[in-house]
Amino acid sequence: MVESRSTGRAGGRFALYAVLVAFAAFYLTPLVVVFLNSFRSLEEITQTSVLGIPHAIRWENWAQAWGSYCIGGICSGISPYMWNSVAIAVPATLLSTLVGALNGYLLSLWRFKGSQIAFGVITFGVFLPAQMKLVPWAITLRALDLSDTVTGLTLIHIVQGMSFTTLFCRNYYVNVPADLINSAKVDGAGFLQIFRRIVLPLSPPILIVTVIWQFTNIWNEYLYGITFSEGSHRPVTAALMAFSANIAQAREYGIESAAVLLAALPTILVYLFGGKYFLRGLTAGAVK
Amino acid sequence: MSALSIESLRVRFGAVNVLKGIDMEIESGEFIVLVGPSGCGKSTLLNVIAGLQSSSSGRIEIGGRDVTRVAPADRDIAMVFQSYALYPAMTVKGNITFGMECRGVPRVEREAALDRVAKLLQIGHLLGRRPSQLSGGQRQRVAMGRALVRDPILFLFDEPLSNLDAKLRVEMRMEIKRLHQRVGTTMVYVTHDQIEAMTLATRIAVMHQGEIQQFADPQTIYDAPANLFVARFMGSPPMNTIPVRVEAEGDKVVAVLSNDEGGRESLQLPRSREALAAWIGRDVLLGLRPECLSLHEKNDYGDGNNAIAHLSAQVEMIEPTGAETMALISLAGVEAMARLKADARPSIGSRATFAVNMSKVCLFDPQTELRIP
Repeated sequence: MVESRSTGRAGGRFALYAVLVAFAAFYLTPLVVVFLNSFRSLEEITQTSVLGIPHAIRWENWAQAWGSYCIGGICSGISPYMWNSVAIAVPATLLSTLVGALNGYLLSLWRFKGSQIAFGVITFGVFLPAQMKLVPWAITLRALDLSDTVTGLTLIHIVQGMSFTTLFCRNYYVNVPADLINSAKVDGAGFLQIFRRIVLPLSPPILIVTVIWQFTNIWNEYLYGITFSEGSHRPVTAALMAFSANIAQAREYGIESAAVLLAALPTILVYLFGGKYFLRGLTAGAVK
Repeated sequence: MSALSIESLRVRFGAVNVLKGIDMEIESGEFIVLVGPSGCGKSTLLNVIAGLQSSSSGRIEIGGRDVTRVAPADRDIAMVFQSYALYPAMTVKGNITFGMECRGVPRVEREAALDRVAKLLQIGHLLGRRPSQLSGGQRQRVAMGRALVRDPILFLFDEPLSNLDAKLRVEMRMEIKRLHQRVGTTMVYVTHDQIEAMTLATRIAVMHQGEIQQFADPQTIYDAPANLFVARFMGSPPMNTIPVRVEAEGDKVVAVLSNDEGGRESLQLPRSREALAAWIGRDVLLGLRPECLSLHEKNDYGDGNNAIAHLSAQVEMIEPTGAETMALISLAGVEAMARLKADARPSIGSRATFAVNMSKVCLFDPQTELRIP
């Protein structure tokens, strides 16, 4: 009786894992295809199909994708666009996180008349579709003389990111006991001193979450990138689009595959190194 | 010198009056305990004194200086919070010296002050630890250290012992009392525990519904509560209040109560007929502390103490605590607690004769709930 139930349970567990493995394989198939193609030559692919095992490990596709393939007439591979993306994503991530932390601190621990409304208005930005903001941003960038610049895109991502980072940080700081702040007030610490000395040291879990979230979103952002930049000012996502729109010659699947993987590498690395903190941070509770 | 003076202080949140006009005058060196049930406004009052909450109207002076609109840091106060509020990311040393750092005290002075407090509270061996590495009692000590390092005009304590277990609470209570005797600084201490209030205070302010019900020394609060609320709040178990009728018997006045068998018991009141003239023939409430009710013993008779009266009542339940035995008895249709000797074991359901010490009874007006003087 006991045995049959335990074998039944083992069978159920086997079925469960089988289903999970099948789903994982299904989701991973495109990545595997792209990865394999990044090592295959154009001949190899055209002779068979996009599905196939490479005959040999050859890095030419990767080298060309990085440094010499022509995109929109500029034969420098995707590397300059990768640097554009770094120049946008790194400062925009850091600044939007800092602004979000300050906003969250103010809105949770220094409540003032109307702070709930201010919080509502700021987080409303989370729900506004990006397309809706294209024209207002176009007007703003023109007025600031930042059209078609890396700085312009950075500014957009700082402002857009503020809604998310404020939401994250405010909901985290709400759990900081009010007595901690009161005690610091009696001790004579000011607004920024309390933030720097008492609140910030409690913040790593939520700051890691916002940094990962912001970096991934900004790096992968495409709509603003393609709308507000041209030629050499493009971020890598927009450059990839220009890459595959190169219809004058035959599709270089191998090089495209390598380029896509290169472009995806930073966010994958961020997730691999920060993923566990991400999950931990999202579930982190009150500060005791 | 007056350490703290509060004039017609009011706090209103929307339509709710949290404090309805508080007046207090506290002399230097006093240990004031604000006590009351939760929601009575005692913590709000403390926060307003600290400047962490603003008042709707009224005036606060600390050390003779008007601080009504002054920031908490500039009021020359130190505060110990219920949750201790130790800064989690700092060591014990950092916690204690943070305030001095904020006020720009030079390093040498900071070290000296830290040294003094560490010795006073015996926390020298904990200075390098973080709050998460401390036990409840140690955290409590560090929180006190953080306040003591300041040498202010006024110490404020917000239920500092309520997070400790019973044994530690008694220890820390004695330590706080000893501390007050040593440093002599004025202290304002909030608690809902009336034993803490009785043991620590030089004067107690009993609060209820945003008002001070009585502000007096512990013995006065205990023996002569200003009204029924104070009588029923202070004391553990609290004062029994029994419905009686005041009647005159010759030149004496007695409290008459009907016992549950339909009979009359009359207890002679230690007051003159003149003093209670206005109350003769009227219903009042008789306030009787549990220790004034004990089992009648033979040698109670004729010892010349005419303040002892006797009555019979039914024993409903007994609670032996070791040091004494509490008995729940039925008197004039209400339940009352009697404090009996440790080995007293009246059988439950039986009638027993109780000796009533009438010298400390109080009478209350059932309408106004005030004590009849």
